[in-house]
Amino acid sequence: MNNLILPTKNTWCPGCGNFGIQRALGEAINKTDKNRTVLVTGIGCHGKMADYLNINSVYALHGRAIPVAEGVKMGNGDLQVVCCVGDGDTYNEGISHLLHAAKRNSDITVLVHDNRVFALTVNQPTLTSPKGFVSTTTPKGKKEEALNPLEVMLSVGATFVARSFAGKPEHLERIILEGMRHPGFSFIEILQPCVAWYSTMEIYNERAYEMEKEFLPLAEAKEKAQEWDYNNGERIPLGIFYKKEKEGFDKQLEKSFFVDTEKILEKSK
Amino acid sequence: MSETQIIIAGAAGEGSKKAGLLIAKLFNAYGFRVFIHEDYESVIKGGHNFSQISVSKKESDAIKEKIDFLLALNKEAISKHKEKLKKGGVLMYDSDVIKNNFSEEEKVEIAGIPLGKIVEKAEGIPIMKNTGLVAAFSRAVGMEWKKVREVLEKELPIATEKNLKVAEIAFRSFRRIKEIKETGEEPAPLLSGNQAAALGAINAGLENYFAYPMTPSTGILQFLSQIEGVRTFQPENEIATVNMALGSAYAGKRTMVGTSGGGFALMTEGVSFSAQSEIPLVISLSQRAGPATGVPTYQGQGDLLFALNAGHGDMTRFVVAPGDVNETYYFSGKALNMAWKYQLPAIVLLDKELSENTYSFDKSFRKEKEEAIQGEMNGGYNRYDREDISPLAFPGGGAVVKATGYEHDKKGVATEDAEAVKKMQEKRMRKYEKLKEEVEDMESVNVQGEGPMAVVFWGSTKGVALRAVKDLDVRLVQPIILQPFPEKKMKKALSGVKKIIVAETNATGQLSRVLKEYGIKVSERILKYDGRPFSVEELRKRIKANI
Ligand SMILES: Cc1ncc(C[n+]2csc(CCOP(=O)(O)OP(=O)(O)O)c2C)c(N)n1
Repeated sequence: MNNLILPTKNTWCPGCGNFGIQRALGEAINKTDKNRTVLVTGIGCHGKMADYLNINSVYALHGRAIPVAEGVKMGNGDLQVVCCVGDGDTYNEGISHLLHAAKRNSDITVLVHDNRVFALTVNQPTLTSPKGFVSTTTPKGKKEEALNPLEVMLSVGATFVARSFAGKPEHLERIILEGMRHPGFSFIEILQPCVAWYSTMEIYNERAYEMEKEFLPLAEAKEKAQEWDYNNGERIPLGIFYKKEKEGFDKQLEKSFFVDTEKILEKSK
Repeated sequence: MSETQIIIAGAAGEGSKKAGLLIAKLFNAYGFRVFIHEDYESVIKGGHNFSQISVSKKESDAIKEKIDFLLALNKEAISKHKEKLKKGGVLMYDSDVIKNNFSEEEKVEIAGIPLGKIVEKAEGIPIMKNTGLVAAFSRAVGMEWKKVREVLEKELPIATEKNLKVAEIAFRSFRRIKEIKETGEEPAPLLSGNQAAALGAINAGLENYFAYPMTPSTGILQFLSQIEGVRTFQPENEIATVNMALGSAYAGKRTMVGTSGGGFALMTEGVSFSAQSEIPLVISLSQRAGPATGVPTYQGQGDLLFALNAGHGDMTRFVVAPGDVNETYYFSGKALNMAWKYQLPAIVLLDKELSENTYSFDKSFRKEKEEAIQGEMNGGYNRYDREDISPLAFPGGGAVVKATGYEHDKKGVATEDAEAVKKMQEKRMRKYEKLKEEVEDMESVNVQGEGPMAVVFWGSTKGVALRAVKDLDVRLVQPIILQPFPEKKMKKALSGVKKIIVAETNATGQLSRVLKEYGIKVSERILKYDGRPFSVEELRKRIKANI
C-alpha cells in the first residue's frame, strides 16, 4: 500500500493505532478501484487519514463526515465511499447522522477509530470512555457509563455490523473489504489504542478474540454484542456480527435528468 | 373592470387559499395581471386564513388596504375584513352559516349565497363550498360560464364533475354586478417566489435539492418533489442537509438547499466549509419574522445582516435578494452559476411575502447554465492550483481530488505554515475581487425615477414601492445583489440625491446599516415589524410624510 502514502509529514504518535488502520484501509483500497474511491473524514487524529493517503478525499467538519459521504453517494452512485471517523467525532458530535445513515442504509462504509478519548484536543472523555475515566476535564473520573455502539447499530437496523482491532491489520483489512463490497451501510467499529491518553493495546491483546462463527442472526448478534459492553465483560469478540442484503439508499432515489421548464410554465398559466 | 382588490377568507381547512388561486386563474384567463398575498396562521385547522388578490391590467405585485370584494366563508371573515371594503364594495358570504344582521346604512352591497344548499343539491361535500363562492363571484364580475368552466375544469382535477356542478348552480343562481372584457393579453404563468427560485435554478443546471421543512421555504421542496427530474431528499436536520449538499457538489452535481432563519443558523458551519473547501454551495433562505421561532408564517426581513455575515472566518459569499418572481427566476439561476464559477457559497435571500405569494410571471427573464471552469482529469491535477479560481475536477474522473476544511496547500493537504496560510487566503481574496468586479457589471441595482429624494428598499417590498410612489417625485432604488456589495452601481444610482429613505420590514433597519458601511447616509427609516407587508397606502403615506 506504500503507493498510496503521500509524502506529507505524519504527526501521529509513534505506535498510534491509526497506523494499523491506515495499512488495512490502504490494502483494501488497492484491492478495489482506487479511482472510484472517495474517503471522507471527520476531525480528530483519525481525520488525518485524508492528508496521508493519495486518494480522493473530503476532510469534512467535526461530526459531519457521514452526511458529506451520503451526499457524495447521492451525487455519484458509482463512487465507493468510505468514512474514517472518530468516536468523539461520530458518537458525540454527529450521532444523529450515524443513526439515520444506518437506518436508511446509505451505501457508505464507516470506520470508527474508537480510541475512546478525544485525542487531538488532548484528552477528554467520549461516549465510549468507561465510567471513571480520568481526563483533563474529568479529574475525578467520568460520571456517565460508556455507550455500546454495536448494540445501537444493531437496534437501528444497520445491515453490516462488525468490530475489529487496529492491532490486527489483516483481520481489519478483511472486514473493511467485506464492508466495502456490502451494498448498503457498513459499520465497522475499530478498537484503537491511544498511546498518548488511553493505552489499551495490552488489554485488547489479552481479551480480544476473533469469533469463529460470524454473520449471526439478529437476536444472537445482539446478545453477542453484550459479551463486552464497553463497561463490563471479560472477553471482547471481533468479527462480522451481522449482515443483511438490502439495496443501498441512493438507488431508491429518483434520478436527475433534464427538466423542460417551459412546459412547467405553460402548465402554471 | 379596472384594478380590483379581492379578499377571500375563512377558517384554516376551508379552502380559501385554493379559492384565491382559482380567482387569480380566472382573471389570468381574461388576460389580467394578478397577485395573491397569502395570510395564514401556523395552525392546521381552525385558524383564520385569507388570500388577497390584486387584479389589474398592468403589473400588480402589491396589496391595498381598501378592497372591492370580500368573499366570506365564515363569520370571522366578515368581522375581520368588513372595514376594508370600499364604499360600493361587495360582500358575498355563505348565507347558510352566517345570519344576515347587517345594519341598514352599510354602504356596501351585501349578497348571501346559500352555499350549503348548493353543495347539497349538487351532491357534493362541504369543502366544495369554496368552488361555489368563486363561481358566484365570477358571475358577479361578469365572466362567461364557458370560460369559468374551462378554468375550473383544469384547476380542479379531483372530483371535477361534482365541483363543476356546484359551480354551475352557484353561477346561475347569482347575478351580474360588473362588466369584464378580455384585455387582449395572453395569460401569464402564475408562480410563487419559491417556484420561481426552483425553476430558475433548474435552468442553470440544478440536479439535486435537499431541504428540511421550514416555513416559508418548504414550498421549494414540495414543488421539486412533485416534478420529475431533480433529485430531492429530506435529511434528518439542516446540519445534515448542508453537509450532504457539500458532498453532492464535490461529486459534481449542481445542488441547492432551502431553509428559513432557524435552519440557516444550523447550516452556517456549512457556509464556512464551502468557503474554505471551495465546494460550491447554494442556499435559498426564505426569511420570516424572528428571532427564534418568531412568527412562523409571517413576513420579516431580519436575516439580511445574518446572511451577509454567515459562517465563521474571513470570506465572501454571493448574496442576492430578488424583489419579485421575475428577478427570483433569473437570480436563483445566477446564484447557482456564480457558486459554481467562483466555487463559494451563494445565498438567495427571499422573504415570506416573496416565497409564498403568487405573481404573474413575465418569462423574458431567464438565466441559462454557465459552465464552471473545469480542470484536467489527469494525475497531475491539484485541486487548489492557480492564483484565483482553481479549475474543478470531480472524483472518479482520473485525477485525485482533495477537498478540505483545513487551510491547505495546492494539493489540498492541511498546512499550518505561515507563508502557505497567507498565500492560500490571498488566493481566495483575489477570487472575491474578481467576483466583486463581475457584480458591478451585473444588473445588481434597479433604479426608477430621477427625483432628489430616494426611497431604497429590497426584497418583496418592490411591488408595493413601485405603486406607492405613483406621481410622486421620488427615485426608487433597489439593490438586488448585496454581497459583494455593488458599491459603484449603488452610488451612481443615488447620485444627486438629497435625501435617502430606506423602507424595510424589520425593526433595526438592516439595509440602512449596510449602506452606512459604504458611506451612504440614510436620513429616514421606514420600518415595519408586525409580520405584515407594507400596503400601498401605508407606504405612500409614510413616504409622503418625508417629502
Ligand atoms: C465543531 C467542533 N467542535 C469541536 C472541535 C474541536 N475538536 C477537534 S478534534 C476533537 C475531538 C476528536 O476526538 P475523536 O473524534 O475521538 O478523534 P481522535 O482525535 O480521538 O481521533 C474536538 C472536540 C472542532 N474541531 N469542531
